[in-house]
Amino acid sequence: MRTILSKSLIPHCQDPDFVFLTGDLGFMALEGVRDAGQSRFINAGVAEQNMVSVAAGMARTGLKPWVYSIAPFLYARPFEQIRNDVCLHGLPVFLVGNGGGYGYGVMGSTHHALEDYGVLLALSGMRVYIPAFGEDVPVAIERIVKRAGPAYLRLGRDEKPKDFPLPSYAPWRRVLEGPGATLLLVGPLAGGICAAVMTLPESQRPRTWVLSELPFQPADIPKEFLEDVHASQHVIVVEEHVAQGSVGALLAHALLCMGVPPRRFHHRHALGYPSGYYGSQAFHREECSLHPASILALLREKP
Amino acid sequence: MERIIRNAKLRLLKMHFESGVGHLGGNLSSLDLLLTLYHRVLRSEDQFVLSKGHAAGALYVTLWSTGKLSDDRLREFHKDHTHLAGHPVPNGLPEISFATGSLGHGLGLAAGVALGKRLQGQPGRVFCLTSDGDWNEGSTWEALTFLSHHRLVNLTPIIDLNGLQGFGATADIANLYSLPQKLREFGLTVLEINGHDPGAILSALNHPPGERPSAIVATTVKGHGVSFMENKMEWHYLPMTAEQYRTAVGEVERS
Repeated sequence: MRTILSKSLIPHCQDPDFVFLTGDLGFMALEGVRDAGQSRFINAGVAEQNMVSVAAGMARTGLKPWVYSIAPFLYARPFEQIRNDVCLHGLPVFLVGNGGGYGYGVMGSTHHALEDYGVLLALSGMRVYIPAFGEDVPVAIERIVKRAGPAYLRLGRDEKPKDFPLPSYAPWRRVLEGPGATLLLVGPLAGGICAAVMTLPESQRPRTWVLSELPFQPADIPKEFLEDVHASQHVIVVEEHVAQGSVGALLAHALLCMGVPPRRFHHRHALGYPSGYYGSQAFHREECSLHPASILALLREKP
Repeated sequence: MERIIRNAKLRLLKMHFESGVGHLGGNLSSLDLLLTLYHRVLRSEDQFVLSKGHAAGALYVTLWSTGKLSDDRLREFHKDHTHLAGHPVPNGLPEISFATGSLGHGLGLAAGVALGKRLQGQPGRVFCLTSDGDWNEGSTWEALTFLSHHRLVNLTPIIDLNGLQGFGATADIANLYSLPQKLREFGLTVLEINGHDPGAILSALNHPPGERPSAIVATTVKGHGVSFMENKMEWHYLPMTAEQYRTAVGEVERS
């Protein structure tokens, strides 16, 4: 997705308020932005706290800075700068974190971002964008620019199945029809799970949704999603993020507050490192029962 | 400037006494720097960043001294329903661009403003006032590296070096040894002054920009101008009693 990010940002390099900062990362991805951005492309070095403060200062002069690093380095180390310098002032600073969840796989736990959006959603005015598919990235960029407030774009690897009939972008999208449970997917893991769901006969498929923007209020939830919840009385949320601050927690809270909780609610989320061993993103997803086979097994479970 | 400083100091004491609030020591060490900057140097296109947010009182009184805040507004200091909190709040006063108070943020913010101005061809200088404690924070050193590397000559860091911080003397806690020497090693031109000499402050603030950024290292006295507060760490926190207030006012009036 970061190469799509780079390509999508190149046309913006000529915008008078464009500036791009990186924390010394982006090799083999950001060269296009660097070349097009020229003096508006700044390698701020391995100094994420300063990079975020600098971005906030730039935003005060009328610029709309993009701030790039790998996801784990972007939200934790400079958290106070994001809170105080960016969010307290509601400044248009656009954070881009590559490798959300277990995206950096066997690089190890320091390189994972399992609580990124939960942490950032606790901040005033922060909006989080989680593209599930490569096509979502340019749309998210345009929406971030248009909103012009604090933003976090969580990138991963595009896992869209071949020839997948992807509906046009919306923060909430029903991507597959079915008569079964209401399945809500977050982020690129949606690709593999959608591929698995499509192996099921249509009569056994879940009503499959993808959610790509956070936070949400009850009023933001589409009527069609609530109708699916009502009809199925079974919600399954799958996300590569810990339970704290998760979509599952937000959705359960919203449905309870609205007085429409389903009879069954399953939440599959990141569990950290249950076995104490490390591996690829697929390995960690499997350990947390986030992988497609596990979701298919859950769909087959009798109530 | 002497009369301006005396009046502002008296107003600062009154404001802190009436609200029963401490943080006087660091306010008094910064006041001469702020007043000289605001009265003699700062223009509408310039930007000031208060990294030592605990000197908010000195900044509010400086704004009062330059006619940007009324006497009535100063009475809101530390009260409910105020924009004049103990540390600057976001989007409160138009003259204050950033909420500060957690040390180590101001220099990076100021560097961003300076680079943003340069990239857009905007005029104006940027000044940032830091404390001793600011230089305990790693982020301040990140900002120093950044502003030096990018040769942000439109940014002037000012260090209010009073030698005391939150719970003791800087030399006993996180010794900076020679901060001027360190700044020079980072490639800055360093102007070392007495931070209570308005003439020296003005001269340093007006130092013509060169190829490399300049920093002003101002040696100051915590609690300056009130004998029982001078160089006393506890006046980072303590409010004044009525008797102490009368004594302090008397000393400032006679100065």
